[in-house]
Amino acid sequence: MSVRASQGDGRAGTTGARPGALGFLTDTTLCIGCKACEVACKQWNQLPMDDFGFTGYSYDNTGDLGATTWRHVAFIERVSDREGRRPTRLKAFQSNWLMLSDVCKHCVYAGCLEACPTGAIIRTEFDTVVIQQDICNGCGYCVPACPFGVPALSLTDGKAHKCTLCYDRLKDGLEPACAKACPTDSIQFGPVEQLMERAKRRVADLHAQGVTEAYIYGDREVGGTGGIEGLNAFFILTAPPEVYNLPAQPELPQRKVLPAFLSTAAAALGLGLAALLSLRR
Amino acid sequence: MPGLGARLGRGGATTTQQSLADSDCIVIMGSNMAENHPVGFRFVLKAKTKGATIIHVDPRFSRTSALADLHVPLRPGTDLAVLGGIVNYVLNSERWNSDPFFKEYLTHYTNAPLIVSEQFKDTEDLEGLFSGYDPEQRRYRTETWQFAAEEAEQDHGPNAEPSSAPVDMTLQHPNCVFQIVKRHFARYTPELVEQISGVPRDLLITVAETLLQNSGRDRTSAFCYAVAWTQHTIGTQIISCCALLQLLLGNIGRPGGGILALRGHATIQGSTDIPTLYNLLPGYLPMPSTQAGHRSLREYLATEQPPTGMWFNLPRFMVSLLTAWYGDAATPENDFAYDLLPKISGDYSFEAMIPMMADGVMKGLFCLGQNPAVGGQNAVLVRKALANLDWLVVRDAYEIETAAFWYDSPEVRRGELRPEQIKTEVFFLPAALPGEKEGSFTNTQRLVQWHDKAVDPPGDCRSEPWFLYHLGKRLKELYQDDDTPKGRQITALTWDYPTKVLWDEPDLQAVLKEINGFTVADGKPVSSFRELKDDGSTACGCWIYSGIMPEEGYNRARNRRGDDKASLEWGFSWPNNVRILYNRASADPQGRPWSERKRWVWWDPEQGRWTGYDVPDFPVDKPPDYRPPEGARGLDAHAGDKPFVMLPDGRGRLFVPSGLLDGPLPTHYEPWESPVGNLLYPKTPRSPVAPLFERPDNPYHEIGDPRFPYVITTYRLTEHHTAGGMSRTVPWLAELQPEGFVEISPELAAELGIANGDWVVVSTLRGEAEARALVTDRIQPLVIHGRTVHQIGMPWHFGYKGYAQGGIANNLSALIEDPNSRIHEAKAFTCNLRKGRIGREGEHPL
Amino acid sequence: MGIKERLRTHVGRVPNPVSEATRQAHARIRGAEVTVSVCPYCAVGCSQLIYTKDGRIIDIEGNYESPINGGTLCPKGAATYGLLTSPLRETKVKYRAPYSDHWEERSLDWAMERIAQLVKQTRDVTYEETDEHGVPVNRTLGIGHLGGATLDNEENYLIKKLWTAGLGIVAVENQARI
Repeated sequence: MSVRASQGDGRAGTTGARPGALGFLTDTTLCIGCKACEVACKQWNQLPMDDFGFTGYSYDNTGDLGATTWRHVAFIERVSDREGRRPTRLKAFQSNWLMLSDVCKHCVYAGCLEACPTGAIIRTEFDTVVIQQDICNGCGYCVPACPFGVPALSLTDGKAHKCTLCYDRLKDGLEPACAKACPTDSIQFGPVEQLMERAKRRVADLHAQGVTEAYIYGDREVGGTGGIEGLNAFFILTAPPEVYNLPAQPELPQRKVLPAFLSTAAAALGLGLAALLSLRR
Repeated sequence: MPGLGARLGRGGATTTQQSLADSDCIVIMGSNMAENHPVGFRFVLKAKTKGATIIHVDPRFSRTSALADLHVPLRPGTDLAVLGGIVNYVLNSERWNSDPFFKEYLTHYTNAPLIVSEQFKDTEDLEGLFSGYDPEQRRYRTETWQFAAEEAEQDHGPNAEPSSAPVDMTLQHPNCVFQIVKRHFARYTPELVEQISGVPRDLLITVAETLLQNSGRDRTSAFCYAVAWTQHTIGTQIISCCALLQLLLGNIGRPGGGILALRGHATIQGSTDIPTLYNLLPGYLPMPSTQAGHRSLREYLATEQPPTGMWFNLPRFMVSLLTAWYGDAATPENDFAYDLLPKISGDYSFEAMIPMMADGVMKGLFCLGQNPAVGGQNAVLVRKALANLDWLVVRDAYEIETAAFWYDSPEVRRGELRPEQIKTEVFFLPAALPGEKEGSFTNTQRLVQWHDKAVDPPGDCRSEPWFLYHLGKRLKELYQDDDTPKGRQITALTWDYPTKVLWDEPDLQAVLKEINGFTVADGKPVSSFRELKDDGSTACGCWIYSGIMPEEGYNRARNRRGDDKASLEWGFSWPNNVRILYNRASADPQGRPWSERKRWVWWDPEQGRWTGYDVPDFPVDKPPDYRPPEGARGLDAHAGDKPFVMLPDGRGRLFVPSGLLDGPLPTHYEPWESPVGNLLYPKTPRSPVAPLFERPDNPYHEIGDPRFPYVITTYRLTEHHTAGGMSRTVPWLAELQPEGFVEISPELAAELGIANGDWVVVSTLRGEAEARALVTDRIQPLVIHGRTVHQIGMPWHFGYKGYAQGGIANNLSALIEDPNSRIHEAKAFTCNLRKGRIGREGEHPL
Repeated sequence: MGIKERLRTHVGRVPNPVSEATRQAHARIRGAEVTVSVCPYCAVGCSQLIYTKDGRIIDIEGNYESPINGGTLCPKGAATYGLLTSPLRETKVKYRAPYSDHWEERSLDWAMERIAQLVKQTRDVTYEETDEHGVPVNRTLGIGHLGGATLDNEENYLIKKLWTAGLGIVAVENQARI
């Protein structure tokens, strides 16, 4: 499938972010898979070591985002071509061994926030999405509500956890820990509008250097779909989203609520009518 | 270190990490820079963003390869063949022969035009050997390697070489260095290199052409290497071949050019500059050796002091060092207590120490922040050696394998050894870490940076200075009435540093001042090594660090003002705060920048001095047209167009008449353990002078031994550090790479029926190690000498302590050395591989 | 937001309440003391900032002002806080007697004195004043030293000075050799 943002569509290349929103641009073409982001995140947020073990899946031993892993570097080996030949002449920047530092997308319309019955999840003054730990009761509604599988319940405290975009650091005007640590500026932090401009220029540069596969994931065309409108943490990718374990066209589960409600209501009405009719008989 | 030192003069990276951003082409070879120096790699990506071509030459497709433009796979241990192929291609290329830049740089700045003695015979003449080989002793005599004018004279030691040797500026004389180099490398054709290394010929030509297109007046190319070049029996010559190539391409001493040696520890460079190494004294002075005839100070200086070049100042450096160490006991009358300084008479390198311990010669060992039970070659023998010590002192922040070998090791876990059988008295002293103490590190680009103390260390943790200072005090007391040499040696030592309140911690500012050097009479710091004297009136602990504390209390390693250019106010870079070494070469022979784009240091005729963005690595007021008068000494004997100030004639050396033990020119020999012979010189398959440790507990595999058909290479991962003491113990790092593994190709996995994640056992005649198989396309079999050779990759971090554990890769490696650096060969040897385990399921790996 | 929008998203008529903890949230390094350090891992030489409060390290990050790392760190550098505070960190002297099967706790002072005595004993029996040709060598091969590349330059200097110049220990080696 083609996942490139179509040119000429006024909506392409915008995240739908609210003015002043802060977020991440994660440019995989600059990522060297060093995992500094994972460690810097755990260090700042004082998160414990995960369940521990060799996965055999390339250099990824932390597996996925979770309650104690808020940045996760995925490794996808696509070294040989279809004939099994190893590459020598490579595409400019990251190629053949894809690495992506995944993170909470801080959606413009966030499934987790909308599903949270306790009011624990808020949209902050930075337009980021944060789970307030002193309110969360661990009901877990946010977990299936996220189309990206980001929030997770902790086995230790029973509450839901995910990236806060270093809410505490933002309050003091500090850059989030992962973006600060990233040695190659694969992770960039800033106002989403500026990041999007930068991302567009970067994608154009990459196209000029022959990386025609490069595109933005997280605008309204790709990733920010299905009522999400856009991601405040978005990505530059060079392969289809599924390759990185990202949904190509995610949707807010809530979007299905009204049709489901209507069809349920219709069914109930139909059944009622049928019952009435049968009783009459 | 000797690889760069022998050809360029100093054993240090010639350039900075930041300067890589100015490169037009960067070749990363013998290094996995993105994984092992991720933050340094940001400058590679800056260059890439500006359009530079990035080439990664490496057996494996690593995280570095993933960001490169070109991945060139080669068989481990064939780097020199590949570099030789590039040299040969360059010398015969149209570009090199048509752009006058290259010959101008070569004739003025290198020894290419010098005429070599007729006695010299090349490997081309002697089937892989140079003239002067003594097969009995397995060493070379270097008399025939000299320049023509020197023939009649005797060898005056490693640096003796007249500055007035005959030259042929046309480079046509059949015995000029240039023609010898050209003939020497003529055999390295792309076709032969392909057969040896597995690098397809067109790819080799692409690399050479890319380098040629990105070298010249207006463009520069850089090389980055690390221990994947060093750790071979010909490691020094691999590095020296790179220096030779970069001289041919005119890339040394220029921004965006040079050779960046990527060091693996915080102060590998510093621990060589101020060496905790057996064969050096601080500042690269040779350690006095009875084998080199250093019986007295007079003899030491007579053999080691050349008449010309920087090393003419050796007496000032040596006498100032003796004065710093023996203080009042060092007088002109007693040759500054030279007799008290111990003399060496053999190899006491790390590898040599292991048999010394195993055989009971060495009875006590201090291990301060090193973990040989995991990091030492033939680690099985290392642990046996530790068990034969009378006593062992380990200072570390964690209980590393070396401290625990007596109750927990593969041997103990297998029941072959019990604590009750081990006599070693073991002390574990907890160490303070940076943040809990102050001090300086010298980074990969010779930059000395100070780290301040933030908190007191916990519990019994102490700094190394505390430990040494107080142990020294106790020993001085124990020996105070001993008037024999062994008593006088310790009692004469100056050891009176002021201490600070907490636990009487010695004041490191005072230690730094001693390293910097000071005038004995008034204790005032010297501002540069030029102020050092050979009469005992100055003391200096390490002359190349002189200037780091130019006045009392001013510590330049603590300077913290960076900028976008050379950052001269950030830290202190030896020598004399120079950032790019030999930067005289960034200007043409007349002193003008080679081009506007590559401007760095140049001659300002109005001011009559060298100026630029950097500190000139050259006498600042010596004009480009300076010609030395007859009989000039020291640096005065160098003309104004000779940038390599450390070398006797100021010329970079394509040909090294003395100073390298395995030949004046780099030659490819196979690793000691190789699946194949040497196609270049079948009669000389392996280094004829590699030091061997032939003993039953250190057996070697013969070439092509069918029991060990696979090539194995060992390496590091981003997520761990060296032998693991600083990373397998840290939860956030341990979880990222929690277990030892070996990387094998799908082709080999299919042959052996191994699935991804299976347990496998890697074996050599030295030992075995088990690990999980990571089956990946990133490892590939290569076609060598017409047949398929499989490669196995194994990270060497893992051991039996800490959170992340795994089989020890160094159980497999052997004691064997490069003759120059005395560094082992862990980047290429042979092994076998089988599916299965040594230990039982559910047990920790062995 | 229109009624359709509200229905579509099911919630959001009023913003969720901001808790007291959220209101109070701030970076824990606010008001902390800052010390400039250098990363102890590889030789890139990244500058680090160590944040302390009440004599305890609370955070270690990259230093923006460094021309080398510009605030960034690799995973090891980012884990430096973990290096200093890992649960496995040893803070007590441990002693293992010959042929013993266990560690014993000893005082630092006892260990220092015992080590000094052992150095003297071993040195005295292995010391060579001259070699077999009568040339003064003033050395011992009976004691060796390993380590230095992870220590400070000043520490290496004191090691070389005390061991080699002061005690005649010549087998002094570090990781630069491996």
